[in-house]
Amino acid sequence: MTNKILPIVFGAALGVAATAASAATLDDVKAKGFVQCGSNTGLAGFAAPDDKGEWTGIDVDVCRAIAAAIFDDPKAVKFTPLTAKERFTALQTGEVDVLVRNTTWTMSRDTTLGLNFAGVNYYDGQGFMVRKSLDVTSALELSGASVCVQTGTTTELNLTDYFKANGMDYKPVVFEKLEEVNAAYDANRCDVYTTDASGLYSIRLQLTNPGDHMVLPEIISKEPLGPVVRQGDDQWFNLVRWTLFAMINAEEMGVTMANVEEMKGSDNPNVKRLLGVDGKFGEAIGLSNDWAARIIKHVGNYGEVFDRNVGPNTPLGIARGVNALWSKGGLQYAPPIR
Amino acid sequence: MNPVSSARSEGAGNGARASWFYNPQVRGAVFQVLVVLALLGVLAFFAYNAKTNLERAGIASGLGFLSERAGFDISQSLIAYTNDSSYFRAFWVGLTNTLLVALIGVFFATIIGFVVGVARLSHNFVIRQLAAVYVETLRNIPLLLQLLFWYKAVLSVLPSPRRSLEPLSGVYLNNRGLILPEVIREPGSSLTFYALIAAIAVAIGISRWARKRQQETGQQFPSFLVGLGLIIVLPLVTFLASGMPIHFEYAELKGFNFAGGVVVNPEFMALLLGLSLYTASFIAEIVRAGILAVAHGQTEAAYSLGLRPRRTLQLVIIPQAMRVIIPPLTSQYLNLIKNSSLAVAIGYPDLVAVFAGTVLNQTGQAVEVIIITMLVYLTISLITSSFMNWYNRRMALVER
Repeated sequence: MTNKILPIVFGAALGVAATAASAATLDDVKAKGFVQCGSNTGLAGFAAPDDKGEWTGIDVDVCRAIAAAIFDDPKAVKFTPLTAKERFTALQTGEVDVLVRNTTWTMSRDTTLGLNFAGVNYYDGQGFMVRKSLDVTSALELSGASVCVQTGTTTELNLTDYFKANGMDYKPVVFEKLEEVNAAYDANRCDVYTTDASGLYSIRLQLTNPGDHMVLPEIISKEPLGPVVRQGDDQWFNLVRWTLFAMINAEEMGVTMANVEEMKGSDNPNVKRLLGVDGKFGEAIGLSNDWAARIIKHVGNYGEVFDRNVGPNTPLGIARGVNALWSKGGLQYAPPIR
Repeated sequence: MNPVSSARSEGAGNGARASWFYNPQVRGAVFQVLVVLALLGVLAFFAYNAKTNLERAGIASGLGFLSERAGFDISQSLIAYTNDSSYFRAFWVGLTNTLLVALIGVFFATIIGFVVGVARLSHNFVIRQLAAVYVETLRNIPLLLQLLFWYKAVLSVLPSPRRSLEPLSGVYLNNRGLILPEVIREPGSSLTFYALIAAIAVAIGISRWARKRQQETGQQFPSFLVGLGLIIVLPLVTFLASGMPIHFEYAELKGFNFAGGVVVNPEFMALLLGLSLYTASFIAEIVRAGILAVAHGQTEAAYSLGLRPRRTLQLVIIPQAMRVIIPPLTSQYLNLIKNSSLAVAIGYPDLVAVFAGTVLNQTGQAVEVIIITMLVYLTISLITSSFMNWYNRRMALVER
């Protein structure tokens, strides 16, 4: 009997040992020399390898910004592609240091998973994509439809709520991997594909005939997407949160990749504090004082990151919309560095 | 066996003189207790460690989540389930879906496996080679790839709902699935069901009586035909006599999908195809080995007694082959049940997809969910193997 029990015991031991979260993430990251970043398995504009095998995207750039702030090297990042189902476990067990994987900030995720959301790098909302041949113009005409959706997402729950609230039926077809959902929708297994609107634009480009599909106008939910860290390590939490804020503040102050060096000579006290000319703000989060300057030098400000990855001049062609700065009618707002 | 019993008798013989400390029986017992205690201690430590770490990391734990509202829908369910049901209900939906595909899969895999296994020993060259190609192809390609292939094949062959195939009136086939008319039972319909059960019971009784009579008197009785007739006629007569209290409700094309009817999802079809065909290739080899294990002399002896080839196969070869076939067959059944968890790749809502997938994600309680899932598979497998062991003992050679 013992020889049957032992493997189970050791298996359990491994599982349990992995749940012991380490405290000082920044020390660990500095010691190993890179940031381990949990990313999507492939969502163009957010996190996907380009034709040279380099990871690019608006989520990827948050990871690169963290690496730039710590190591002055945006390439000091290793990416762990995660499915929606794997992502929280990977972060909880310490497999990744930070999770930037178009993950929606919700109360239950923030309070019961032992995780903290450090901010919002993209304000999104859930939408529906259908074939043009169905002659549907509104999500309210979708009663009876088969809907393809990825498991383990807020999308799955919003979908249920929306159809219920509007007294409509549907058939869910649920897959674990994004590629599987895409393939099933492309093979006409479902009438409707639902996920975050930004995702729909990105996925549409990967379908056999992108022109045959359209995204319906309804946005049925709030999906604030942001980086996530483990609970209980405030230093690391602050570092990730202020990395994001630094990028947003930089855009507001007009500091860009191109002009960051000359802006160090600026007379504007706000810019001086941001770029570490004045004050010791970097030291407070365990970094050197030019931390923000490093981020902007290597990765750029928030606006540059947005335009480069998902903006109007990219294949995705997403307008800034609610992701514009607060001063331009959007929601992106960062507390001041002072 | 022998060393133990001799040690025991020595221990008993010396018991009066030697100290208990040197008694091998006592020593053996003490060490076994120590090992078990140490194991329990290790397990308790793991449980405690997991609990404190989960608490320290602020991750919710416990089984309280099972009674909370699930809030998501499942495409296929054998039991009543809505998004207002609890996570525990969702667990049962996943479990019944797993059992459904496993049971039907075992059924088809066994039939196909026996046919192909016998075909591999056929005297007909074409049949023999076809069976060989089947076995060698299917058992040498990973099951996951076969499932993806069948899913893709099923989906690409079938048309969209508006252009459904209608092989029988009221039965539709499209890429949303196989849509069958729903059976609506009216009051009084249970009579037909009871009639069916009664007919089966009587048929079993007749076959036992016929066997006994043949053993005693040598007279034969066509019990199979009589039993089959009973099973068909009795429920039919009851059904007609009680005023036909069952009718069909046909599905209708509404909007872009069919409404009403019973839908067999393409995911289920692909999974069933993949699991049955893959496992059947292994069962075929087991069946072939079982038949070859029966010495040819048995056949010759049966012929010399005047038995015809079919009766020889039925009464002499198969019963002896079964003794070789059943133990490895059990392993194949267990493999099929466990392989059904690959359903997650093609979107069939089995236990792993629903419970260890969606529920795990919506609650974040990975430790509890994974442990429950593992225990369920362990339980199903142990029940299956104990049933097969019982069957094996029944079929085993009774030594006199």
